[in-house]
Amino acid sequence: MTDSKPLRILIADDSDSDRLILKTLMKRLGHQVRATANGSEAVAIFPEYLPDVVLLDVMMPVMDGITAAREIKAMAGEELVPVIFLTSLTDAGALARCLDAGGDDFLTKPYNKIIIQAKLGAFNRMRQMHKTLSQQRDLIRERNRQLLEEQQLAKRVFDNIAHTGCLNADNIRHHVSPMSIFNGDILFACPRPAGGMHILIGDFTGHGLPAAIGALPIAEIFYGMTSMGFSGNDVLREVNDKLGRILPTGMFCCAAMIQADFHLNQLRIWNGGLPDVVLLRKGGPRELVPSRHLPLGVLDSARFDATMELFHTSAGDTLLMMTDGVLEAENEQAERYGEGRLKQALDTAPAGEPPIDTVLGAIRSFTGEQSGHDDLTLVSLDMVVASDFHESAERLPQSALKGPAQWHCVYEVRDDTLAQFSPLPLLLHICMEVPGLRRKSADIYTLLSELYTNALEHGVLGLSSDLKTSPDGFSYYYSERERRLEQVSGHYIRFTLTHSMTRKGGKLIITCEDSGQGFDHSSQITTGAADESGNANIKYSGRGLLLMQKLGHSLRYSEYGSRAEIVYDWELAIKQPGGWS
Amino acid sequence: MNDKPHLDEEALTELQDVMEDEFDVLIETYLKDSSDRISHLRSAIGSADPDAFARTAHSFKGSSINIGAPMLGELCLRAEEAGKDNRLDEASDVVDAIEVEFQRIEQTLKRFLA
Repeated sequence: MTDSKPLRILIADDSDSDRLILKTLMKRLGHQVRATANGSEAVAIFPEYLPDVVLLDVMMPVMDGITAAREIKAMAGEELVPVIFLTSLTDAGALARCLDAGGDDFLTKPYNKIIIQAKLGAFNRMRQMHKTLSQQRDLIRERNRQLLEEQQLAKRVFDNIAHTGCLNADNIRHHVSPMSIFNGDILFACPRPAGGMHILIGDFTGHGLPAAIGALPIAEIFYGMTSMGFSGNDVLREVNDKLGRILPTGMFCCAAMIQADFHLNQLRIWNGGLPDVVLLRKGGPRELVPSRHLPLGVLDSARFDATMELFHTSAGDTLLMMTDGVLEAENEQAERYGEGRLKQALDTAPAGEPPIDTVLGAIRSFTGEQSGHDDLTLVSLDMVVASDFHESAERLPQSALKGPAQWHCVYEVRDDTLAQFSPLPLLLHICMEVPGLRRKSADIYTLLSELYTNALEHGVLGLSSDLKTSPDGFSYYYSERERRLEQVSGHYIRFTLTHSMTRKGGKLIITCEDSGQGFDHSSQITTGAADESGNANIKYSGRGLLLMQKLGHSLRYSEYGSRAEIVYDWELAIKQPGGWS
Repeated sequence: MNDKPHLDEEALTELQDVMEDEFDVLIETYLKDSSDRISHLRSAIGSADPDAFARTAHSFKGSSINIGAPMLGELCLRAEEAGKDNRLDEASDVVDAIEVEFQRIEQTLKRFLA
């Protein structure tokens, strides 16, 4: 060890002969010595000499050893400078007072060389250990500060990419702990261009930075694809594929994906590894949507099943989703909150209280209130009347960049691709290259998707929309749609898009042709109009055509309905004082 | 009444070993300090200052023990206690005893000097 290294020793003793003995003894032991005759001199010398060990006589003129020890310990601060009292005292009380004053040990007279050497060695080891500990503590403190700083920075970057989307919509309530990204929880919501929204709630295996890094591509895919009009299962497939490629084995993301449509009052739900999603019917029973899939990032794309369960809902129904942290919340007895308590809390909830508040309150009283440190992520979605949910695409800033203005394109989907692929995101993407059109993405998407749905279901597949007027027919319609899609062959759907500029903005002409027999569009419009004028039981099929007429400048069918043309005139936003509105 | 030896031969030998060339300086320093202290003890009695008396006796005690004169140390301890207990009337007798013992030590130590 470092026993052989010379120490710097400061001595204070008023007795000349004692001082001489000690000083000589220390020098013989190979140490450096400064000797003073009283406490005051020792205190004065201490800051510049910075000794490793201080030896103090107890009784000295001017300043006694006990006072000097206090001052020296105060000056040394966090550093350990052993103070050893020199004494011929033998009574225990007096010795104890020396230690109370901050002394670390004492040496009794007559001095013994071997004992002094042993004590100095012991104190030096203690001093070294203290120094090592202090350095390591400082290092840990610094590392921790760095880590927190990096986490704050990472959180800022993360929040920019994985922003909360439309989580602040009136019909969404949510709770996430402040640093949730570092416990691996994610919660995103994004409006769909055609109306409605996607919500993704998830929980990564693992904690800390790895979990947060995995969340970033999910956010990009989720917001990117949802804004472009991709459906929930398209988003799920892409996320699963991406996570499968980037995450190490054993790391995955338990998640639930919700696709909400407020026009049709429908929910599509996919649950892979999260606790049961709870659908609270207004005034009715609860339905549980248990996990039916493996978490995201486990299965390869060939085996991954992105099928979402369809639920018909009414305004006033509420969907409640949560991560494992809810069921795993522990009280002081290390009991888990669990499904039983969750069920009981919902059973006994006061009428009118939002379910998410009920659950949060119940967990808080169960765990005994440590709200700042929870690991809880919950979100609830209220089903609302479509017109109460406002999209925000209109508020997007207009790009100052000039994009394509005069263009024409034809895109044709053929044969079994019709059963597997939706051309809508691609077509929307092409249209969104026109800067002024970006704010109209919801309109364009609605037009494209209505044209496509009509062409595919009525044109190519030959389904009659009359089927959809009864609930039974509705489900028959969709099962028949699936069946016929599997057999489709020799068909096509062709989109022709033409865009040109006008004085006020631009004109987009969308033509959609299909290879089907055509359908009687005129009767549908009549039916839809009748519904508009008072019938509350709105027919799904009529709604689309009405919507298209309302959005498009003109809608024209030809070739017995197998060719539809829409002219969409759009205007540039007027520049308001203070910027583009 | 005092069963301590006059001189601790072992302690003295160790001191010689440690101090080497400076042993003589040490002995001379001790002898000079000690006779100074004896006069301090006397003057403290004269000025009726038990506190100063006790402190001088304390220092004298420490250095006597260190130099290897335990009986002198023991006498100094008694003087120190008398001072602390404010019994200066008894102090003169103790100082007399100290002086006698010191002269004895002085004689012996001078024989150690080269």
